[in-house]
Amino acid sequence: MRRKRINILLFILISGFLGLLLIYSANPGLSQDMTDEVNPSKGMANNMYAEENEQCFRCHGEKSYVLEDTILGLKKKVSMCEQNRLDRNEFYNSVHWSFSCTDCHSYDYFEFPHPLSLRFEEYLNCIDCHGYDDNFAKYKFEEIEVDHMKSTHYQTSDGEFHCWNCHDPHSYKLLSRSSENLTEVILESNLSCLKCHGNTDVFELLSDKKLGNIIPQHDWLPNQELHFQSVRCIECHTEVNDSLLIAHNIMSSDSAVRNCVECHSQNSLLMGSLYKFQSKETRLESGFMNGAIIHNNSYVIGANRSRLLNVVSVLLFGLTLLVMAVHTGFRIIHRKK
Amino acid sequence: MTEKIYFYPGWLRIWHGLNAIFCILLIITGIRMQYAFSSPVVTFERAVSWHNFGGIALTFNYTIFLIGNIFTKNGAHYRLRFKNISQRLLKQLLYYSVGIFRKEHSPFPINEDRKFNPLQQISYLIIMYFAVPILFITGWALLFPEFIMRNVFGFSGIFLTAQLHIAMGFFVSLFLIIHLYVSTMGTKPISNFKSIITGWQEAH
Repeated sequence: MRRKRINILLFILISGFLGLLLIYSANPGLSQDMTDEVNPSKGMANNMYAEENEQCFRCHGEKSYVLEDTILGLKKKVSMCEQNRLDRNEFYNSVHWSFSCTDCHSYDYFEFPHPLSLRFEEYLNCIDCHGYDDNFAKYKFEEIEVDHMKSTHYQTSDGEFHCWNCHDPHSYKLLSRSSENLTEVILESNLSCLKCHGNTDVFELLSDKKLGNIIPQHDWLPNQELHFQSVRCIECHTEVNDSLLIAHNIMSSDSAVRNCVECHSQNSLLMGSLYKFQSKETRLESGFMNGAIIHNNSYVIGANRSRLLNVVSVLLFGLTLLVMAVHTGFRIIHRKK
Repeated sequence: MTEKIYFYPGWLRIWHGLNAIFCILLIITGIRMQYAFSSPVVTFERAVSWHNFGGIALTFNYTIFLIGNIFTKNGAHYRLRFKNISQRLLKQLLYYSVGIFRKEHSPFPINEDRKFNPLQQISYLIIMYFAVPILFITGWALLFPEFIMRNVFGFSGIFLTAQLHIAMGFFVSLFLIIHLYVSTMGTKPISNFKSIITGWQEAH
């Protein structure tokens, strides 16, 4: 009877434990996205210029638009070229969601067809609005500008490579400062590189060089697919900047990191790049070296040793060798007898 | 004249030799990757490719062991008898700790029907049929990480797989050291090493 009760109690305890584990595993992202916390009221409905912006989105937010000759009374449906096309949803959920198009673009765009002179319109860079402004001091736009100007992108383009070549202001989100979901950060970051480095047409607009295929160029990388999914291109292709959350000095390909131990070690450079924000914010070590990596459901060989298991393994090895040494000593002594 | 028994047939000696080479290669390269210390000879890249090669080779070598144990009488030495197991283990442990120094006879002398004493039998059984298969499963999974579950109870599947792989690798490394030491307890310190090369074991 007593044994039966103990069995029932054990069953309840084990079921409860497994239940809790299942509930936890089913809800891994219980915390909210930081960007939504900062701006809970994003969206087209909350933009006071939405109606005015719609005059632009009517064409630029669609795959095609109607070209009209008012003099001859002709109409023709033509496709909107991809590089001039914008996604309303992305724009109204981006950091610039509350903007009017004319905050950055000329009022002359209200003239249709647009005048040719607008093709030569100088686009704004991040520093033009965010530089030397205490409200944006924490983002260090001034230092980003300096870092960017050292980059191979800037140096080899006679200064023609701008912020928006990588960061589309119409869809930019502050993902890197979110402490959750690094997968999205990695994907977005790598997509901004692939926008040029994976597309000959775009690449050739910016460079006279022939676009190389990045897959064979990275053949040396073991588990290439997993690397591409787990780290950003900039982890190896930028010079780490201790002051900036994200380094902007993109190095030439021959200076890129090719030494595995740079990441796969206790002093993993990933802690100063991809996991910089998390390592500062959470300080969670989980008993493992560079615990922020594990906290993000990732694992880097050589960088995530457990301190406790390290000590236990050294003690067990030491104890084994000690027992063997003592045993050998006794064997030698008793052999002589 | 000590009695000699033909203990280790050719296939077993070849398997054992290859097993030793690949195990040592895997331990060295595994430590190199885990501790990521700098070494001009065994660079990280080399350690990764040698570890992958060693793991694949060891898996195929393991099939020789499995097939050999199924189709020859060598497999019988791995069949554990549970009757009085704790007493027999204690007896062998006492022999290693005390009896061996008193020049007592081994409580479980080897013969044609008994290749391992109870301690050897249970440790070989655990290593070869538990730890090593787990090492293979986790090792192959890490070779194709895209098949590993991304999230297991809130942890990275790759992280858990790697931890299990490392823990088992550690126990196998510990076993190797003990195995080498126990092997010096033959009639002479090198007689067991000679046996695994020639196939002939001196009964003691």
